[in-house]
Amino acid sequence: MKKITEVAVEKGLLLLALSAIFMLVLIAVFIFVEGTPLIFKTGLRNFILSAKWSPLEGQFGILSMILGSLLITGGSLVLGIPLGLACAIFLSEFVHNKIRAILKPVIELLAGIPSVVYGFIGVNVLVPLIREYLGGPGLSVLAGSIILGIMILPTIISISIDALQAVPRSYREGSLAMGATKWQTIHMVVLKAARSGIVASIILGMGRAIGETMAVIMVAGNAVKIPRSILDPCRTLTTNIALEMGFATGTHRQALFATGVVLFIIIMILNIIARYIIREQK
Amino acid sequence: MRIDPKVSQKIITLILGIATGITLFILLYIIIFMLGRGIPVLSWKFLSTFPAKMGKAGGILPTIAGTFVLTLVAIIIATPLGVGAAIYLVEYTGERKIIKIIRFGAECLAGIPSIIFGLFGLSLFVVILKMGWSILSGGLTLAFMIIPTIIRTSEEAIKTVPYSYREVSLSLGATKWETVKKVVLPNALPGIVTGIILGVGRSIGETAAVIFTAGSSLRLPTSLFDSVRTMSVHFYILSKEGISEKNAFGTAAVLMILILAINLIAYWIMHRFTRRNV
Repeated sequence: MKKITEVAVEKGLLLLALSAIFMLVLIAVFIFVEGTPLIFKTGLRNFILSAKWSPLEGQFGILSMILGSLLITGGSLVLGIPLGLACAIFLSEFVHNKIRAILKPVIELLAGIPSVVYGFIGVNVLVPLIREYLGGPGLSVLAGSIILGIMILPTIISISIDALQAVPRSYREGSLAMGATKWQTIHMVVLKAARSGIVASIILGMGRAIGETMAVIMVAGNAVKIPRSILDPCRTLTTNIALEMGFATGTHRQALFATGVVLFIIIMILNIIARYIIREQK
Repeated sequence: MRIDPKVSQKIITLILGIATGITLFILLYIIIFMLGRGIPVLSWKFLSTFPAKMGKAGGILPTIAGTFVLTLVAIIIATPLGVGAAIYLVEYTGERKIIKIIRFGAECLAGIPSIIFGLFGLSLFVVILKMGWSILSGGLTLAFMIIPTIIRTSEEAIKTVPYSYREVSLSLGATKWETVKKVVLPNALPGIVTGIILGVGRSIGETAAVIFTAGSSLRLPTSLFDSVRTMSVHFYILSKEGISEKNAFGTAAVLMILILAINLIAYWIMHRFTRRNV
């Protein structure tokens, strides 16, 4: 009797554990089933290489959204990588363990703040500043990049600190014993040893930036055209879905799911690369 | 020109310190800005009355109820799945291949953007399963989103239970499941609770996935098939449509206070828990 319970429990738990992979597959199937027919109908080339998006006339080209996503994400990395890495190095190498134990969760709190709050701050503080001092409508690639740059900080900082902390003490001691200064030790020894973890943190941050929706909707202006400067408004893949899903029907709805397919593929590629890098390090 | 390593060391330390200062300043600024303008709006009346004129006046009672019910449904669905999965991943390491695949699935699920969850929930729960915009559709979608968090934190918690505990239990003749149920889980409970609390935090702050699955009705829900509007969605609609800046700040203040409290509680539980085990 006991044995039967044991086996039943194990199989039951396995089933629960498999739910994670089942959900991933389920989500992929639904997005692809609803989205790919339109990609086949308009042709992949027309879908991703045309910038003409006018659902009422049956024109579904998402080039401007792809570029919008890339620009805003790229911009967020320009801000997020130096700031995040500097912060991670400082907290890992220059402060006492006790201070790090307090500051790391404090910074992780940034990740817990809802994305609508970031968007709201963006609209109320950042956008007016950009409009006043740099010109343009304010709602722009730049505003989106800055807000996303802040939003990816906790991802970059937290994972980078873990990577830096995983470098054995003896590496640092060896270098210091040879007469190197602390900074020489950090950039010649510690950073090299922690490289893959740091790269993974950046890729995961990138995934977060590409996938972010609500904050971007509020600050990026959402115009369907290829931005000519960082002060122009733009629309990303995620915001395209969120803005039009509420009223889309028929092929228009399919086109939004097709946008989701492109987004899903990009995110999965980034995820897989990051996991691969982290695993290699282990 | 070569800079003396000692000088460059000083300069770098300064730069890194400033960067850390900037990051902390941003965090502090966000909290102070939102609470500073939001808390004055708060009153018992604001929390306990219905919104009037689409939220231009009145309070936020139904959005508090909506947030609460939706999060509750998500947690009820996600907790057994997530904790069960974590137990299997740590305790039953029979087939390595399956474990690798499951862990990969959970990690990828954690990286999927919320708008994709929203699309998925809309097409499966709302349309195909005909649940409509409802607490159930929204709760199921949120459950999918928070399962990776619960799996990861529970796994960490179960791993920190010393191996000797299990050995003692097994040597006394307990079966594996009895050991898990009576020895491992009680000891891992604080960590598991932390994971659930973090899941609650994520559910409360979510907007993109919720707006497409739970809708935005401002009525008090009477069944699981009613549409609700969460505080995050309400805050988004108020500020995006320019309905009322004052009420937007008030809603955001409630939201921020909840999120801060949740993170503090999670940190506190985790801190006590790890210290006890060291």
